[in-house]
Amino acid sequence: MKAAAFSYVKPRSLAETFDLLERHGEGARLLAGGQSLIAALNMRLDTPRVLIDLNGLKELSGIRVDRDSIAIGALTRHRSLELSEDVSQHLPLIHAAMPFVAHAAIRNRGTFGGSIAFADPAAELPACCIALDARFVIRSRAGERRVAAREFFKGLYETDLRPGEVLAGGEFARSGVPYRYSFQELARRHGDYAIVGVAACARIGAGVLSGVRIAFCGMGPTPMLASAAAAALDGRACSRDVIAHAQASLAQDLAPFDDLYQTAATRMHLARVLLGRAIAQLTTDYEY
Amino acid sequence: MSTEAADTLEISLQVNGAPVRRRVASRLHLADFLREELGLTGTHLGCEHGVCGACTVRVDGEIVRSCLVLAVQADGARVETIEGLSAAGTVGALQRAFHERNALQCGFCTPAMLLAAAELVERQPDASREDIRRHLSGNYCRCTGYQAIVDAVEVVCRAHRAGGIR
Repeated sequence: MKAAAFSYVKPRSLAETFDLLERHGEGARLLAGGQSLIAALNMRLDTPRVLIDLNGLKELSGIRVDRDSIAIGALTRHRSLELSEDVSQHLPLIHAAMPFVAHAAIRNRGTFGGSIAFADPAAELPACCIALDARFVIRSRAGERRVAAREFFKGLYETDLRPGEVLAGGEFARSGVPYRYSFQELARRHGDYAIVGVAACARIGAGVLSGVRIAFCGMGPTPMLASAAAAALDGRACSRDVIAHAQASLAQDLAPFDDLYQTAATRMHLARVLLGRAIAQLTTDYEY
Repeated sequence: MSTEAADTLEISLQVNGAPVRRRVASRLHLADFLREELGLTGTHLGCEHGVCGACTVRVDGEIVRSCLVLAVQADGARVETIEGLSAAGTVGALQRAFHERNALQCGFCTPAMLLAAAELVERQPDASREDIRRHLSGNYCRCTGYQAIVDAVEVVCRAHRAGGIR
């Protein structure tokens, strides 16, 4: 199908963007990579009056490594994340997840901020951000605020972003302590949205996991933090019983629903299987 | 560009090496612009929402879905389609391999498949069959079952690796 008519504007600064958001209000949409938005327009699932193209705002693009943190600008393309040495070194969980993010032609165009702000519960990056306890930087005319990833995702495609605000990027703490990570995903076709995906990270010493954080995509209305499963693993040596207990704990953490292809029960089963694989990867060949 | 929202905009871009200047509707996507405005019908439209990959073109050297890019966003860009890449011989080796291996039947997916494959050959000529399948996972073919396509791309990757013809 063809998109319904809309007007288009490409601001040259964030100040201009805030002006445009004020002027056009609810009829406006922000265009980043457009890999979900333009599809929605083509299908007329969304019919905004104005598209505000953020791609002229160079200040929202790029990856910056500081002493204590790593910052990813909202307009950073998936392809740049995939190829970034800094991401591979400091955010290996995101590096591992990138090949699962759609297909090559979409990664060339899609952006970090677009994926976060769109908040598809089956998308990889929101789950990674929750697992890594990221903070999002949000700008508006009034200034800047930061919100923890786990508080940003409010519901199905619903976020903490308020009218007049623009997601500027994400920030990740540099722990200084090496952690282990695993990203696992099942999809019907490689690159499609996940049926179930899991992002997990932990430290390991003497076979005992600590600082365990696990987040799932495709298992509820938002990316889901699996706190009960993480608690079942934290501070314990990974015996078969401990892993089984963590897998059983997922029932408290996740809220999958039925869709055309899978029942909630199937998804829950697959989540337990993927958690088992993630734990296996976290604990294999570990180094002190 | 002005910072007033507009229903039509004047764009200048390069398409297959030639400068193009047109006034286009904001809502027009790049695939329709190439097909309807410029008559470059080698870029195909299958699903028109980013799933089938048939509309793949190159923008500034990278493959993109032209149904998910607006024509106005291509202002100032360098766009290459199957017509340009065929004429330049860029995808010649892949075209020959597809022909020899029978890697197409109806041909609807082929232009996009060639563009996607060409990016892999250039970026990762040591790709395994599994890598090739992953890279082409965004391009649907409803005729071949993919086996012959993977064969053809593998042959070209190997030749490229050996420093052979492209």
